Amino acid sequence: MMKSKADEEDYWNSSKFKAFTFDDEDDEFTRLKESKQAVNSIRSLVEEEDDEDDVEKVSWSGEPIGSKAKAGGFQSFSESLSDSSVRHYAPELRKPKSEYKDYISDWSPEETVQRMQQGKVLIYLKKSLSKEVLFRELESRQTALRHFIHYLTETKEQRLLMELFRALGRTEDMALLQYKEHLSITDENKRRDFLKSCISLPFSPEDAVHVQDHFTLLERQIIIEATDGQAESGGKVEIFQKFPRRASILNMPLITTLYYCCFYHYSETEGTYSSPANIRQTFRIAEKQFFVTALAARAKLKAWLDVDSLFSSRNWLGFSRRKSPLSFHRVVDVLQKNNAPVQVLQQYVGLVDDAELKISLAQKHKCHDIVINTYRDLKDRQLLLGYRGKVGRGSAEERKIDELLSNSQIRWKN
Amino acid sequence: MAAHLSYGRVNLNILREAARKELREFLDKCAGSKAIVWDEYLTGPFGLIAQYSLLKEHEVEKMFTLKGGRLPPADVKNIIFFVRPRLELMDIIAENVFSEDKMHSRDFHILFVPRRSMLCEQRLKEQGVLGSFTNIDEYILDLIPYDGDLLSMESESAFRECYLENDQTSLYHTAKGLMTLQALYGTIPQIYGKGECARHVANMMLRMKREFAGSQNQILPVFDTLLLLDRNVDLLTPLATQLTYEGLIDEIYGITNASETFFDNLTVEQEFMTGVDTDKVNTYIEDCIAQKDPLIKILRLVCMQSVCNNGLKQKVLDYYKREILQTYGYEHMLTLNNLEKTGLLKPQTSSRNNYPTIRKTLKLWMEDANEQNPNDISYVYSGYAPLSIRLTQVLARPGWRSIEEVLKMLPGPHFEERQQLPAGLHKKRQQGENRTTLVFFLGGVTYAEIAALRFLSQMEDSGMEYIIATTKLINGTSWIKSLMDRPESQTP
Repeated sequence: MMKSKADEEDYWNSSKFKAFTFDDEDDEFTRLKESKQAVNSIRSLVEEEDDEDDVEKVSWSGEPIGSKAKAGGFQSFSESLSDSSVRHYAPELRKPKSEYKDYISDWSPEETVQRMQQGKVLIYLKKSLSKEVLFRELESRQTALRHFIHYLTETKEQRLLMELFRALGRTEDMALLQYKEHLSITDENKRRDFLKSCISLPFSPEDAVHVQDHFTLLERQIIIEATDGQAESGGKVEIFQKFPRRASILNMPLITTLYYCCFYHYSETEGTYSSPANIRQTFRIAEKQFFVTALAARAKLKAWLDVDSLFSSRNWLGFSRRKSPLSFHRVVDVLQKNNAPVQVLQQYVGLVDDAELKISLAQKHKCHDIVINTYRDLKDRQLLLGYRGKVGRGSAEERKIDELLSNSQIRWKN
Repeated sequence: MAAHLSYGRVNLNILREAARKELREFLDKCAGSKAIVWDEYLTGPFGLIAQYSLLKEHEVEKMFTLKGGRLPPADVKNIIFFVRPRLELMDIIAENVFSEDKMHSRDFHILFVPRRSMLCEQRLKEQGVLGSFTNIDEYILDLIPYDGDLLSMESESAFRECYLENDQTSLYHTAKGLMTLQALYGTIPQIYGKGECARHVANMMLRMKREFAGSQNQILPVFDTLLLLDRNVDLLTPLATQLTYEGLIDEIYGITNASETFFDNLTVEQEFMTGVDTDKVNTYIEDCIAQKDPLIKILRLVCMQSVCNNGLKQKVLDYYKREILQTYGYEHMLTLNNLEKTGLLKPQTSSRNNYPTIRKTLKLWMEDANEQNPNDISYVYSGYAPLSIRLTQVLARPGWRSIEEVLKMLPGPHFEERQQLPAGLHKKRQQGENRTTLVFFLGGVTYAEIAALRFLSQMEDSGMEYIIATTKLINGTSWIKSLMDRPESQTP
């Protein structure tokens, strides 16, 4: 859920390090003096490389630890701290913007890298400037910006990172980052609601459709899961008794969901959420993809009649013609993986166009009739003779071969 | 002394010895008996630097793996954590410190590898344990010698950071690593490069050199040339299945697929590489998606098609994307976006496909590759010569001037820099003496490319020897994985 502006302000106002904006009217004299000193010491912090050690030893509250503290600035900080408030550790609020700019633009790229990577300046800046100012400054400094993004990513400051993206006009990045959050929501109802809230984000047109689909899918899965869970435990629905469900359908990919519905809800009409036809239509599933999924599910159930009807289509003449969006070679593959009996396999091997492929598939799956018929059609006596050894002794196939071989009407080519 | 590191022209033992010396010094700083608690990821790289015998010499009596809860008992004076600067590891360390038995407490130290981090130290402070450490140091292990001619930073996120997130931190460390190398092996007089990152690294190196202007490096230079190459100059090579012995082992270890599908895959790869039908939806890929083959296999293939076609037609790209999201899950939208950002899987822009021209000009496809008795680097991919290696080869002879036009078609600037050597250090080359080039792959290198470079080194008349360095040793799978936004979700 997106935080409201008020929440954001609360966050900033409640953080340990008070933020100042350049418009801040709160102008106590003492704070001004301390801030001036702060600015001076910041300058040296930023410009002098060889004072690393000194800087290192100062704690985040401004108090020096151990060895020598920096002359001037920090000493007066710790002395003037009335409470433990660290809000004095901030840059000058009255200083014009141009002076602030000087701190960073003086740095060469590798100095920036050095300092940014060590995180010192970033943490400092982040805690001491209002984010509007910070974002604005960063926008014009590509290197610093990249490092800030890296820093926020590492510390997992998701909200701030998203605000930054939004401020920079990187709306798609922001949308994707927001969407990514769904992965950490385990409760399916909460996740569904979250996905719904993502739909209105500024995705690219293609991505927007995917996010919408993602939401719709989960919404359906929740309904199906509830219904089927009940049906299964009720003990009265046969298919669930014969084939108990091995896993929940929640958060499964679309095609897996389709397979599930082709398995458990095949005969349902388009009216239900779980009907394969409805899913196909709602999610605009390609014909090939639908076909191979339905084929696999029905084959698993050994529903050969269903498999058969996948292929029949009636044209306006009333004839049925075998057509398949999938090559018959692949069809045989799927059927074989689901342990289809030879008679079924044979049917489809016979429909393979390519003769060589047909023969090799037939041999592989022991579809003897097809091999025999093909060799007969090729009038190849040698091959037929060779194949005789591969069929069962005294089998019908053997007799068939013998009949053909002794058929004098066939003009064998060899 | 590690024998395998000194057989080549460049004795990488020097680097190793320097690293060992630093380690010894730190161990001695934590005086007395000690136990080391290891971040598991570091045991590999450290194993290349020092064995247990060295550690024992410096009173290391026990070693444990870093994990939560309480530290195992050990009668030692010091506990030293050897860890990468990662926030989640700081939390584990805090746990260890808190669970320490106050009666028999030991001194705590941390050694950050390869460098310390303010963020981590702040985390320790937030956890309330920062004050418990006596010594906190960093062990700068940038370039690790893997073999006599191979160095790696093992920075798994370098490619992602540089090309997806535009974060050049790893480039800074690369430059630093190269400065260390030069301190030990002498200033490298010639620097060539191709790519944006290469340019940045070179610039940083030159600046860093100027900063040390006072001290001149008096070591006689071992390297003649440094070649910096961006990974995105050649995105194709890591996507292809490697066919060298080491490459194959690296690729298929753990895969149980039949050899039939393996060769089917190779056939499709070769079709793409030779420009066959790269502008249509490929049926083999479609079938693989329908069979729900591992997602990374699919991603490698579609990326390959995209790279060989200079981007896919919008319709084709949309089709693949939809099939992938519908089959593997919508959350992979994030990964697909990453792949697009890095240029691996993108829509075709109006510019023409230069890949066929590049392929022809640089002779990347060698029809008669003889794997038994190879005479050309194309043997490593059964006829396809890696573009990155061809560029390296041409640089040596006849030089990049001869391929200006092709270089312009590849992303990023190409450049040449010279670094001044102190008088008297210029090498006088002996008759028949080889020149040495350090090739640095920014974003990763594959074993096949390494094999190809070694092949070049061994060729009789090459006159050149190559040392290879990289941010990470990669294969197509590990590489694509580093770009996925949620690797664990792609369970096949």
